[in-house]
Amino acid sequence: MLSYIIRRVLQMIPTLFGVMLLVFCLFSVFGGDPSLVLAGKHMTPATLANVRAQLGLDQPLTTQFMIFVKQVFTLDFGTSWGSQQPVRDVLASRVGPSLTLSGALLVVDLLLAVPLAALVAYFRGGLTDRIVTICCTLAMSISALVYIVAGQYLLAYKWGLFPVGGWGHGFWTNLLIYVPLPMLMGLMVSLGPDIRFYRSFFVEEMNHDYVRTARAKGLSEQKVMLKHVLRNALIPVVTTVMMSLPYLLIGALVLESFFQIPGMGNEVVRAMNNSDFPIIKAITVYVALATMVFNLLADLIYKLIDPRVQLK
Amino acid sequence: MTTMINQAAPAATETRPQRGLWAMGWRRLKRNKVAFCSFWVVMAYMLLAVAGWLNILGDGWRAQIAVPYAPPSFLAKTVADTLPPEAPVAGGTASAPALIMVTPEEDPIGKEMEIARQNMGKYATANDAKLESLPFGADLRGRDVIHKTLKGASTSIFVGLLGALLSIVIGTSLGSVAGYFGGKVDDFLNWFYSVFTSVPDMLLLLSFAAVAGRGIKTIIIVMALTSWTGTFRLVRAEYLKLRSREYVQAASAIGASDARRMFVHILPNISHLLLVQFSLLTVALIKYEAILSFLGFGVGVTQVSLGSMLAEAPAELVQGFWWQMVAVTIAMSLLVTTFSLLIDGLRDALDPKAR
Repeated sequence: MLSYIIRRVLQMIPTLFGVMLLVFCLFSVFGGDPSLVLAGKHMTPATLANVRAQLGLDQPLTTQFMIFVKQVFTLDFGTSWGSQQPVRDVLASRVGPSLTLSGALLVVDLLLAVPLAALVAYFRGGLTDRIVTICCTLAMSISALVYIVAGQYLLAYKWGLFPVGGWGHGFWTNLLIYVPLPMLMGLMVSLGPDIRFYRSFFVEEMNHDYVRTARAKGLSEQKVMLKHVLRNALIPVVTTVMMSLPYLLIGALVLESFFQIPGMGNEVVRAMNNSDFPIIKAITVYVALATMVFNLLADLIYKLIDPRVQLK
Repeated sequence: MTTMINQAAPAATETRPQRGLWAMGWRRLKRNKVAFCSFWVVMAYMLLAVAGWLNILGDGWRAQIAVPYAPPSFLAKTVADTLPPEAPVAGGTASAPALIMVTPEEDPIGKEMEIARQNMGKYATANDAKLESLPFGADLRGRDVIHKTLKGASTSIFVGLLGALLSIVIGTSLGSVAGYFGGKVDDFLNWFYSVFTSVPDMLLLLSFAAVAGRGIKTIIIVMALTSWTGTFRLVRAEYLKLRSREYVQAASAIGASDARRMFVHILPNISHLLLVQFSLLTVALIKYEAILSFLGFGVGVTQVSLGSMLAEAPAELVQGFWWQMVAVTIAMSLLVTTFSLLIDGLRDALDPKAR
């Protein structure tokens, strides 16, 4: 077990190096010369040279890459080119709102999707199954963009059930007042595919021999479902959720930028629009690192809850 | 020896598939009513994309033929009642003095405005005969929503198709090399793969898009460069499995080169998987394009796609002009739904074992 973890962690090093190389290539080699933008329209050659020296752009590329690597490990990406605040502070202030929205979305989605999927799988082939499947397909056919645009207009602007957008102070204010509408829109998008996805886990589990054995020895259908099928079908659900956790960190890009929630996703879109490269570089590298760590954790938890799994 | 192989090999590869997988798949698809209907709808969309690309259809979407936000003709009357009596018409009658807040003496450009007003008749363009309503309404600049939707859908599908094709080419070539050769090459390509998959796809897409800028060509390349990983994994696994099969060994025994074994012998045997993957990617990329254009990283400002049309929707809805969004929603939902149904049918038809 321990040797497995060590090996996986060691494998992360070249991958992380690759991500840094990719990000560096994107923003420092192909990304154009940011000093032209930063120095402004009416710059003199002296200002330009000054800005280039400040950004380290006058150094050779290898030196620039070494500086970037150092930035990654010291968690110090300098200041944002937009707001001039330290990148670290900007990102730290963005994590909270993202987690509040995406966390609430994930929890409610699971609480709705898993029971519904179990229910649908239990009645598979029947009318309930068909109705839910059709509803899911219809819900999936509509673009996420339509949901948020129409949802904001109808629910918030027209009927005034929610605030149109924005963010307040204090966790509970946000969770109870500003989160519900974006969360509802997120649910409209995610519930359809999730129910269908989880349903397939349940259906697959119900076709196993042990289910027939459980029925044959006289267990009630409820017991078969709750004691045997549910617990086994939850294994892939848990792994799927674990793999999706890094996405909580980056948040819901479209939801956050549309509803003006000051989270990580909103910051990504803002930074992309304003070519705020330090912010984008930092987010990309750290989210990639988080993804790798959570993939490892997902495998370990998989092993923990399912003793049949062999880690190799 | 070599001539014998050259004669034998093409004969074996050319005659077989005719009665093989594709013909059988087509027959199975025809039996599946839902998938078969979806197939024709999707084909109609493809034709639309090609027609839009060749500028046969939807070419006139830029023409500003109606008044701004002209309502659809089926409710022209009801909206006209609710609208303020004088909608500001660009270059129209000068019935606006009520709006002027300052007296001509206070107005710093009063004199110039006075002269301009006198000369207005001279420079007014002759196109003041704008339509009051259109079959499905008009947008801010009085462009026909139906035309715009046709053109936008064609752009979106075109971007999705080409992006998916390019992405399949990248994924297949890397995946086949990795799976076929194994060893160091495989290690290297796997590293490459893990780098791309460790960055969440939307973030990767946005990073590439932010660097590359806007435009149809750029967005196709950007989406292809970021979406090849799924195909890579699929193709690599298939090549790992198939490279030691008897027919590949036989091909190697008669002296077929590596490239020939990879692309003439093995590739046709996974082509059905690639078709399904291609369809899945096309739908996914159409959705991604919409999101990118919505966020402002997609098609250029002079081009139109379903996403850039949706980006105009929030400002229109608040004023009560819902028709553009509804048109886009219908076009996109029909496309995505039929395409997904077709993919389900394709999967069943081409790979009946994998049920």
